[in-house]
Amino acid sequence: MTQEAIFAGFGGQGVLSMGMILAYSGMLENKEVCWMPSYGPEMRGGTANAITIVSDDYISSPIISRFDSVIALNQPSVDKFESRVKPGGMIIYDSTNILTPPTRTDITIYNVPGSEEAVKLKNIKVLNMLMLGAFVRATKIVKEETITEALKQVLPERYHKLVPLNMEAFNVGTSFVTN
Amino acid sequence: MGDLKLMKGNEALSEAMIRAGCDAYFGYPITPQSEVLEYLAREASARTGMVVLQAESEVAAINMIYGAAGAGRRVMTTSSSPGISLMQEGLSYIASAELPCLLANVVRGGPGLGTIQPSQADYFQSVKGGGHGDYKLIVLAPSSVQEMVDFVKLGFELGEKYRNPVMILTDGAIGQMMEKVVLFEQMPRKTEFPDWATTGKKPGKDRNYITSLHIQSEKMEEINLRLQAKYKEIEKNEIRYQTVNLEDAEYVFTGFGLVARICIKAMEMARAKGYKVGVIRPITVFPFPTQVYADVAPQLKGILDVEMNAGQMVEDVRLSVNGATKVEFYGRMGGMIPSPEEILENFERIYIKGETK
Amino acid sequence: MSERTYVDIEAELTDQPINFDEDICLAENVVYIKPQTLIDVPMHYCPGCGHSTAHKILMEVVDEMGIQEEIIGVAPVGCSVFAYHYMNVDMQEAAHGRACAVATGIKRIMPEKYVFTYQGDGDLAAIGTAETVHAANRGENILVVFINNGIYGMTSGQMAPTTLPGMVTTTSPYGRDVKTQGYPLYISNLLANLPGVAYVSRHSVHTPNNVRKAKKSIAKALEYQKQGLGFCMVEIVTNCPSNWKMTPKQSNQFVEEKMIPFYPLGDIKVPEGK
Repeated sequence: MTQEAIFAGFGGQGVLSMGMILAYSGMLENKEVCWMPSYGPEMRGGTANAITIVSDDYISSPIISRFDSVIALNQPSVDKFESRVKPGGMIIYDSTNILTPPTRTDITIYNVPGSEEAVKLKNIKVLNMLMLGAFVRATKIVKEETITEALKQVLPERYHKLVPLNMEAFNVGTSFVTN
Repeated sequence: MGDLKLMKGNEALSEAMIRAGCDAYFGYPITPQSEVLEYLAREASARTGMVVLQAESEVAAINMIYGAAGAGRRVMTTSSSPGISLMQEGLSYIASAELPCLLANVVRGGPGLGTIQPSQADYFQSVKGGGHGDYKLIVLAPSSVQEMVDFVKLGFELGEKYRNPVMILTDGAIGQMMEKVVLFEQMPRKTEFPDWATTGKKPGKDRNYITSLHIQSEKMEEINLRLQAKYKEIEKNEIRYQTVNLEDAEYVFTGFGLVARICIKAMEMARAKGYKVGVIRPITVFPFPTQVYADVAPQLKGILDVEMNAGQMVEDVRLSVNGATKVEFYGRMGGMIPSPEEILENFERIYIKGETK
Repeated sequence: MSERTYVDIEAELTDQPINFDEDICLAENVVYIKPQTLIDVPMHYCPGCGHSTAHKILMEVVDEMGIQEEIIGVAPVGCSVFAYHYMNVDMQEAAHGRACAVATGIKRIMPEKYVFTYQGDGDLAAIGTAETVHAANRGENILVVFINNGIYGMTSGQMAPTTLPGMVTTTSPYGRDVKTQGYPLYISNLLANLPGVAYVSRHSVHTPNNVRKAKKSIAKALEYQKQGLGFCMVEIVTNCPSNWKMTPKQSNQFVEEKMIPFYPLGDIKVPEGK
């Protein structure tokens, strides 16, 4: 199984971390992983993004222009990447923020009211974990329980007290995806 | 078995430097490789006592390297294109004085101040000498974070074996991307130094001096002949490359570094469409793996060379096949990275539809 | 009493002819021997040039301190590019202007060793200004012997950063015009302002007394290096008979009458409490 995903949003929304946590999780499960932050032409147009590939096999190119999944945290990300989802792929988007939703019919679209739910958790910063929860539930590319361990590796020790809150957000995110 | 970690290319390179028992790093900040100096400043000194110094310029840094390498130490510097240009003077002296040292060029798009995005436009500068005079660097082109680690160790070894400067030719994308790496165990720093090193005159022995100045032409020609003989030896012993699916290949995609992996993806897509494509990736770009191209050329309908520049390595590929097959080029410049789809498209345009442009 | 000048000494010497045939070869009459650490080969320097004296006193200090095996030198590009043919210590030949960077590399990995550079005015104060200033500012614990003769010797007489105003060189054929060619650079005074610099002293080697003082200054600087006090520079204001188009004697007079008034001798900075 291979998952070629792109996490995209404004700088500061934690999109780079989302990809990194996924990459760590993949590594913990002995999969091949590659994480590539915004580079080259992808950097323009108001989005920060991270391509993250998790695979059971050797990963050839870290540079890809078509994706299995797009996780969009802002409108420019949907506008830019909707057309680049492979047929049969998916978009997960923050429906609180994104007012013009994706319209393709050959892909699966999950609208997750991420910002709204994050505000309910009294911390908008956990939006990224919430969206990651939806992504992991939808793709099953890594086990949900691996995420806790990955979080600990990504977060510096002094922030480990925030792990429970982040996992709560992650779990809320998973609940928006029903297979 | 060493440690398994998820690391950025630049960090992995820095960690490998510490673990390889590097004695000193002298460098100057420049995007996209400033993490190296930052990582080392944070980590190195406390762990191994390694010297880490931010120089006032790349010019100074490479000359500090000259000094410490002359004293027989394992030394390394890193920079990106504009900074590497400034180091060319020092590199020429280092090559002439036959001092081992390792440097990494995390290439960005040029010419001039250019862009901070990844590029391969420094190929000619890296493999054809770079500074003044007839000399060569040994040039290793990693295509993964793991190779950023492995080539630090290999680079030090090759440099010391041949008393020659070695360059890791990489780019900003490999420097910034994260992959799994297996790190080798910490190696001890050297406690014994070569006979030629200037560590203070030894009792009963002649002094050592390190120089690249030989005013008499006969002597300077002799030095040149010795250097050329060394480069021949390096060409004989140290060629490294990777091939994929060459057995039944009718076409070959070729590129170095990051682009080679994009070529492999494009090859997979081409195979899915029924085109018999293989890939050749030079790992050492000097010495260049001429023979592998020459050997496969007769079975091919053509080669597509892909680079992040205006077409540099393609000249070496053409020299290698020496007319035995067609060699076409596709490249992006100024920090643009070709996508697998683009490579496939251009392959079909050139070789299947037979369009020239 | 004022110091004896070169002209006085010259007069005294000619007044007292030496009897070569008799006393001078006797072992018990030895008053001077060449330093052991100076290699016994003919030097390429022009007759009357101050480099040979500067080499000699540097190596005398090395002998006297017994540090031949603990010192590493860096030669510049300029007339003294071949310093390593004369100094019997481990040495490296640096690119033009880069000696202080090379010395930094050497000293940083071997802080327990003595390290010196030997540089001319073009090397140190023109093309190598950045390397010099930054090594000084970092307080690199090295000795810089700076030979200032106000001209490029190796390339045959072009203007140097330290060329005096009005002085004729091949690239200032009408005399250095400070309005268009800049002012002589007081690099020693400039460096003395930096906190990383421990010791800066300016000397000459055109009379025996000055040679002695210069030597003492070099010895002091190496002693300070041993104590880890930081960057030390000994400037030697000297001559270039060939490119000044003078006899050795005239050139020493020029040093005394023109160079020294412009570059006054003596300590510019000394370590606190020394």
